[in-house]
Amino acid sequence: MAEDKNTGLETKRVLMKGNEAVGEAAIKAGCLCYFAYPITPQTETPEYLSRRMEEENLIFLQAESEVAAINMVFGASAAGARVMTSSSSPGISLKQEGISYIAGAELPCVIVNVVRGGPGLGNIEASQADYFQSTRGGGHGDYRCIVLAPNCLQECYDMTMNAFDLADYYRMPVFIQSDGIIGQLVEPFDMHPYKPMFDKLPTKNWALTGCAGRKPNVVRTLYLNPPNGLEMHNRNLEKKYNKIKSELRWCETYNCDNADIIVIAYGATSRIAKSAIKKHNDNGLKIGLFRPKTLWPWPEAELVEVAQKNKGVKFLVIEMSMGQMLEDVLLTLMDVVTKKDILFYGMGGGWNPTPDGVYAEISEIAKKL
Amino acid sequence: MNIIKAQPKSITTESTKYCPGCGHGIILRLIGEAIDELGIREKMILTAPVGCAVVLYDYIFCDVVECAHGRAPAVGTAIKRVHPDKFVLIYQGDGDLAAIGMAEIIHAANRGENMSVIFVNNATYGMTGGQMAPTTLIGQKTTTSPSGRTIKGMGKPIRVCELLATLEETKYLERTSINSVRNINKTKAAIRKVFQNQLNGIGFSMVEILSMCPVGWKVSPVEAIQFIEEQMINYFPLGVYKNVE
Ligand SMILES: Cc1ncc(C[n+]2csc(CCOP(=O)(O)OP(=O)(O)O)c2C)c(N)n1
Ligand code: SF4
Repeated sequence: MAEDKNTGLETKRVLMKGNEAVGEAAIKAGCLCYFAYPITPQTETPEYLSRRMEEENLIFLQAESEVAAINMVFGASAAGARVMTSSSSPGISLKQEGISYIAGAELPCVIVNVVRGGPGLGNIEASQADYFQSTRGGGHGDYRCIVLAPNCLQECYDMTMNAFDLADYYRMPVFIQSDGIIGQLVEPFDMHPYKPMFDKLPTKNWALTGCAGRKPNVVRTLYLNPPNGLEMHNRNLEKKYNKIKSELRWCETYNCDNADIIVIAYGATSRIAKSAIKKHNDNGLKIGLFRPKTLWPWPEAELVEVAQKNKGVKFLVIEMSMGQMLEDVLLTLMDVVTKKDILFYGMGGGWNPTPDGVYAEISEIAKKL
Repeated sequence: MNIIKAQPKSITTESTKYCPGCGHGIILRLIGEAIDELGIREKMILTAPVGCAVVLYDYIFCDVVECAHGRAPAVGTAIKRVHPDKFVLIYQGDGDLAAIGMAEIIHAANRGENMSVIFVNNATYGMTGGQMAPTTLIGQKTTTSPSGRTIKGMGKPIRVCELLATLEETKYLERTSINSVRNINKTKAAIRKVFQNQLNGIGFSMVEILSMCPVGWKVSPVEAIQFIEEQMINYFPLGVYKNVE
């Protein structure tokens, strides 16, 4: 146990589930309200928070649907509170209407998606098939959400704290995109006090608190007048998104100098890939890993740099989806490497690749080098 | 000139975009008077619906949030939880409350949220041009029930006060109309009651107001008033459906 010098609070090594780590981080980060509806494999988060938020005298409400939950998030955020919701794929689809409104109104909030197999009811196993949904906006209109993709419990905990700060800093929804494996995983991590990302966050002078002593505040997404209102609004959003693209691109590179093959994977898949890569490295093969930690903004410049540094390298994109992140890789690398150097290994059944499967896939590519 | 009744201070001088003869304008005025009388403008947070009332923030001088279609009760629930000491007003049309947002209003009512709801029932979707609403009367012609609403295949108009009255956590439910001066005055009293209940911490209170939509109904303003008198009130009886002190 170590004590944090600034807060006097202790850092504890703890063992819990990914879905619970996210909930505890939210409380530590000052989340006042949490609204959600049960769905596998994320239900431990509402179960955990129903107890913890009561203990801490915070606001927990099990909504009647995901549609209601996200609109409660909208209301709480408009009222100036730090607020979070969590769900899994079909529930996130239902939340998309609300997310579009939250993005349009430029309200901060944190949304956790513990992705499961789809489309439709799919199954309840881990999947990464919501990549398009979260990185492309997902709901109607021209908007983006920041998407953070943890691959371990320490990151679940840390990134959830970051998510609240990023949401407030940029005034927009921030996703924690985990999956059935990360959500259900139990492993130890350091539970430390809240570490703010920024010295100062903008004041919420737009929040709805009753207009005593000031002009009324209006939270809106409708731009009928003047005729260019919506155009201006979308141009301003675009400026903000471009700023984020230049300021916030997180990735991990592992063995990406002098590599013959570089695997590109995120979340749970990146851990599976790493086991296989290490085994190959032990056998003397030069294999690296490029792991995006922000799915939006996508770490474009970083991937280009890796491609330029490793002339003649082959890329292997691995996803628990049928080639969604692959599109970002292709777009990023289209002027840097030829298409035949980008290979793909995907799973669409709501099931994860195994270290042996990835090992064999890499061996096949290595044979032809 | 003697001014008998001045414009409520909480109402802006913006001219409304409502059609001539529309009920929303009268209701707006009554809300403004109640806000002034109770002195709640500065502690109030208004949820505007999707429908003809969407631009309420142009007319009422208070904090406003514009909600997705039907979702105002969920939005308002959260605002009231964050600011229990503030006054939260939910304003919804019949398409908003009784169709797309039926789940949200039933569950907010069932939880007994301490909120005030103004439900404007004009038996049609005004803003989108007069389509059939859950409250459209049997035989009433709309752009999506051109031969008139039938029970078979379209169901009967939903009586929202009666429906919500079955929920034990609702505290005050009244249906009024604005077809006459007498009924306008009764509506004003109901609005005050619904506001006062929240201030007194009594709980979920709603007034359903039968209102004119001459443009959606494709009749003159005078005929619209007659339609309420002769048809709507028959199916939607006026009165107090619930009053728990
Ligand atoms: C999700 C969604 N569906 C449909 C619409 C289109 N729409 C706008 S207003 C409206 C009907 C509103 O009717 P009502 O609530 O009765 O209000 P009124 O206009 O009659 O006052 C509809 C269907 C929308 N904006 N959003
Ligand atoms: S369409 Fe109907 S409800 Fe809408 S403003 Fe016109 S009269 Fe009023």
